[in-house]
Amino acid sequence: MDFDLMITSLPKLLSAAVITLKLLSASLIIGLFIGFLFAVLRLNKNPFISKFAYGYSYLFRGTPLLVQIFIIYYGLGQIEWLRSTFLWVILKEPYWCAIIAFALNTGAYTSEILRSAFQTIKPGIIEAGKSLGISSKIILYKIQIPVAIRQSLPAYGNEIILMMKGTSLASTVTLMDITGVAKHIVSTTYKPLEVFLLAGGIYLFMTFIIHNVIKYLEKKYSFQ
Amino acid sequence: MNKLKTFGLGLLISLFLTISSNAESIKIGTEGAYPPWNNTDASGKLVGFEIELGNELCKIIKQECTFVPQDWDGMIPALLMRKFDVIMAGMSITPERQKTITFSQGYATEPATLAVMKGSSLESMNTPDAINLNRSGSDVKKTLKTITESLAGKTVCTQTGTIHQNFLESGDVGKVNVRTYKTQDEVNLDLTSGRCDVALAAKASFVEFAEASGKAVVTVGPNLAGGAFGDGVGVGIRQGGDDTIGKRDAKLLKDFNKAIDKARKDGTISKLAIKWFGDDVSM
Repeated sequence: MDFDLMITSLPKLLSAAVITLKLLSASLIIGLFIGFLFAVLRLNKNPFISKFAYGYSYLFRGTPLLVQIFIIYYGLGQIEWLRSTFLWVILKEPYWCAIIAFALNTGAYTSEILRSAFQTIKPGIIEAGKSLGISSKIILYKIQIPVAIRQSLPAYGNEIILMMKGTSLASTVTLMDITGVAKHIVSTTYKPLEVFLLAGGIYLFMTFIIHNVIKYLEKKYSFQ
Repeated sequence: MNKLKTFGLGLLISLFLTISSNAESIKIGTEGAYPPWNNTDASGKLVGFEIELGNELCKIIKQECTFVPQDWDGMIPALLMRKFDVIMAGMSITPERQKTITFSQGYATEPATLAVMKGSSLESMNTPDAINLNRSGSDVKKTLKTITESLAGKTVCTQTGTIHQNFLESGDVGKVNVRTYKTQDEVNLDLTSGRCDVALAAKASFVEFAEASGKAVVTVGPNLAGGAFGDGVGVGIRQGGDDTIGKRDAKLLKDFNKAIDKARKDGTISKLAIKWFGDDVSM
């Protein structure tokens, strides 16, 4: 084990962790919006709208994230007419391509998590509200949505951790996140064990933080 | 129970056979994605200059050889982990790599060059046809200065862990905005998409790509050699040692050096170089 290399690599990997966190937070925020939107569409009574939302989630949950990144980054980059449109300003940057892919992917999973949370709300709770004469709009905002969010916390916590690990794929489109910088160091030192152990340690630490935040939230908003 | 025993025995025998058959042959690691040095054809078979040269060298050594495909960025670690015995992957001999592994004498050398899409402002770059960074004449300095000015503010793309990346990060051409890719194919894709303003790689890989894809990729600036580009391409081998495998590695180095001598003298390397590069890049 080359401990000197580990010590000199640590600051480089930590500064790369900033990129990883940026990618993660941007895609989670956008993904949450997409997730909410598509969860609502899924629950719509119109079969076309709900089928469309189902198709989206089926497509993005049914294909590997790496393939989605490659299609968005390398695939769209090969379409000539696209390069002359304003879309190219965004698609030219590997950073935005990665965020688009991550957000669409996590959006699909989030929509499923939220949908199932909505559907598992016991009808009795809604009926209780109705019997008290509360309007269905207020039941939605004050009862259904808060309960659904609480229900979905454990599953969503898992999704955040999965997405955090998924951001390592950003290195395949030239981004210098933790994995990208680790690969770069390995390409000149040829010592993958030391460098990747360290990179893995940083990911594990981030998982530890996310896990505990979610656990705290679960406790705080517990039904008991 | 009996069936289980037979199955277990069969498994053991097949395991033993794989191990023993592997011990006989020399395993050569190659990327299979860097034409014309080495490439993978549509059926998944490895082809290219180094595949044919490797087989010729093994004939001279009188040992059987098998090629093992390995991603470029894990090539040297995989050699050290003994996934194969030697590397033939268009790998240039550089002092940096020699800290970790050893090389046979070089068998071929090919200049590096910049490439852009037709219509780029870099097309008008005015430099000599070739420079060797081992010589520190005024023309070399002047050319490096021209390249530095041309690359300023541009996104320069290259494959990760290559002599080309070393050169761009060496400071010879100032501070460059470098973007690195896992394979040369990806560099080529992003050069044509316009995400890269300019790319750096072995000249033949751009020529090959332009021909195969029909895209308007043109090479610009001088042919670059020496310095960070190393001293030609050789067979990468583990540094020998005192244990059995170390001794075998030391013997492999001797065998390959002798075989390259012989193949050079009888014209085999030149012949294969002309076949694959259209040009005698042997050395």
